[in-house]
Amino acid sequence: MNDSTQMTPPTVGLFVTCLVDLMRPSVGTAAMKLLGDAGCQVYVPISQTCCGQPAYNAGDLLDAQEIAKQVIGDFAGLDYVVAPSGSCAGMIKVHYPRIFKDNQDWLERAEELSARTYELMSFLNDVMKDPEILGDYTGTMTYHDSCSGLRELGVKQQPRNLMSKVPGLKLVEGAEAEACCGFGGLFCVKYPDISEKIVDAKVDDILATGADTVLGGDLGCLMNVAGRLTRRGSDVKVRHVAEVLAGTTGLAPPIGHPKPKVKG
Amino acid sequence: MKPTSDVFINNSREALVNDTLQEALAKLAQGFPLKRFNAVSRLAEFDDLRDAARDIKTDVLNNLDSYLEKFEAQVIKQGGKVHWARTADEACKIIVGLCEDAGARTVTKSKSMIGEEIALNESLEDAGIVPVETDLGEYIIQLRKEPPSHIIAPAIHLTIEQVADTFKEAHQDYPADRALTEPRVLLDEARQVLRQRFIDADVGITGANMLVAETGSIVVVTNEGNADLTMTLPKVHIAVASLEKIVPTLEDATTLMRVLARSATGQDMSVYTTLATGPKRDEDQDGPEAFHIVLLDNGRTDMLGGDFHEMLRCIRCGACLNHCPIYKSVGGHAYGWVYSGPMGAVLMPNLLGIGKTGDLPNASTLCGKCEEICPVRIPLPDMLRQWRTRQFDAAVTSSKSHFGLKVWAYMVKRPLLYRFFVSFMLSNLRKFGRKGRFNWLPFAKGWTQVRDFPAPEGQSFIHQYLMSQKRKR
Repeated sequence: MNDSTQMTPPTVGLFVTCLVDLMRPSVGTAAMKLLGDAGCQVYVPISQTCCGQPAYNAGDLLDAQEIAKQVIGDFAGLDYVVAPSGSCAGMIKVHYPRIFKDNQDWLERAEELSARTYELMSFLNDVMKDPEILGDYTGTMTYHDSCSGLRELGVKQQPRNLMSKVPGLKLVEGAEAEACCGFGGLFCVKYPDISEKIVDAKVDDILATGADTVLGGDLGCLMNVAGRLTRRGSDVKVRHVAEVLAGTTGLAPPIGHPKPKVKG
Repeated sequence: MKPTSDVFINNSREALVNDTLQEALAKLAQGFPLKRFNAVSRLAEFDDLRDAARDIKTDVLNNLDSYLEKFEAQVIKQGGKVHWARTADEACKIIVGLCEDAGARTVTKSKSMIGEEIALNESLEDAGIVPVETDLGEYIIQLRKEPPSHIIAPAIHLTIEQVADTFKEAHQDYPADRALTEPRVLLDEARQVLRQRFIDADVGITGANMLVAETGSIVVVTNEGNADLTMTLPKVHIAVASLEKIVPTLEDATTLMRVLARSATGQDMSVYTTLATGPKRDEDQDGPEAFHIVLLDNGRTDMLGGDFHEMLRCIRCGACLNHCPIYKSVGGHAYGWVYSGPMGAVLMPNLLGIGKTGDLPNASTLCGKCEEICPVRIPLPDMLRQWRTRQFDAAVTSSKSHFGLKVWAYMVKRPLLYRFFVSFMLSNLRKFGRKGRFNWLPFAKGWTQVRDFPAPEGQSFIHQYLMSQKRKR
């Protein structure tokens, strides 16, 4: 046991999210660092895969339920569960209780998990209160508010509060920062023409800010925006906000950019 | 009209390359949402009013039968008559019958979405009766033989030049070389043409934004005053409305009015708000001699108590269209029938069947903007998802995506297998992703058609985490 006069650090299970796990593990590393710097004891349950949102949004309720049960089991017993994504955190926090509305036992477990699940920015800002931010980044940023984080979880001011702690970071707001980017999970591959129209409006809004970097809290949206930016030949950089806050931008080039060639 | 919702994808592709439509949609996107925002900002209690509006409609739906009976009793007491129509066909037959009884040759109409839903103009024309739309937008699309592209702004898809061309073709009595570049000039011309039509009409047909149970009144809101001329000049007034338009009291009607125009156009109130209660009384100077209300069910009572019950709260303000990224991209006609946007994507499968409207609930990013701004707080994204669940359960989802999803879910539920597959896939992608992105990938055409696919960084996070834990030991 620790000295009983000392506060025990909260235990936080990192829900990495399938996209970060597969596509951009450095966001997971950044999240771990941010949580650690804020004084949390971070755990990474290694059997985690996905929150089940693709199944849920495609109408496959049965698989969504089974995947949810798996997540509920994986993250039992921890003080908090934190995901570097508003969409995945929203799935657990808002939608898990809904998908078990007809199953009392699992509903209770889903609600218990829901109550201690947070999106990374809101956890750092609202629960850990004024954490130390060690990031250091010089540049002009604009921020894309992803839909689920914004509308399901109320993530708006939190990332901005945290970004204001980074010296050298200048934030320029897009007029349509809250507009959907046109990702929508399977939507963007099922209806690519409509998705193109929507992401183009988002990209135009980003370009109009004159920012050199776009930050956001959801990798799905960021991959969509980054993919459209490079397709349109823009060199505006896209990163997850956690990378900048944690000061780990050296771990990976901006999303969709090549790794710098090693000299010598 | 014959719905084309089954070819939504084709409709949407055509809409995306239609430059004049895109020009009109860009104007809409800049107009309505900002006007709503400003109107709502001016009223501190707006969100409380939304709660009150939602609660009124919830009570109405829970007690629909008793309110409808009360309404009918009041209408009769005021000297009017209520006609019950189960289907669109029945409603059209009733209305055509009433027009024939009145010996009508021409009827004026003010804007009615139920009129569009039941295709009333076609039925009237088949019976040799000439319907004249008197709402400017409806008048324009009637001349062009088009369906409305927006539930409150039916001609929003058109540019002023297109309207000018339509007027030049339709109004042959006017000089061909007249200038029609100013909205005001177009409006004046339509008013002049319509004036005689108002006077000539034998029957006036209106919709109703609300039906007030305690008084038997109908409430009609417009910005042009055309509904007032439609309902007061002819000797017969027929109002057609769907059942759920009922509200218990006049007080409730005012609460709904306070959220309606603000949500729709950003006006505090629409320019005209007219209550009609029964036909002309002996002491009245004018008004219709007969007052009929046709109440349409058309599938709505089937929605009561089910998954789409809350959709019946809708007051048809159009705010969800104005704020929807899909609607703003493709416009209303792409949805293939008279409704559109999020409310249409939930309602149309109920009215036409999900078999012919299968794309509508899927063509959404579930961004949640519609729910955020809905004046009666309808959980539209949940309902879109509910349709997807029904489609999945009925296995009408395309077999390719159904199969893909099942394979994916199979692996996600088996972490060891998932890790094995992820490792295999990532090491392969890494070999080819040196530029940091892919501009083409097999099985991901929908993605790479529009945007590059960012290459994965390397091994998965969980893999790296396990390696670092090993090193620590």
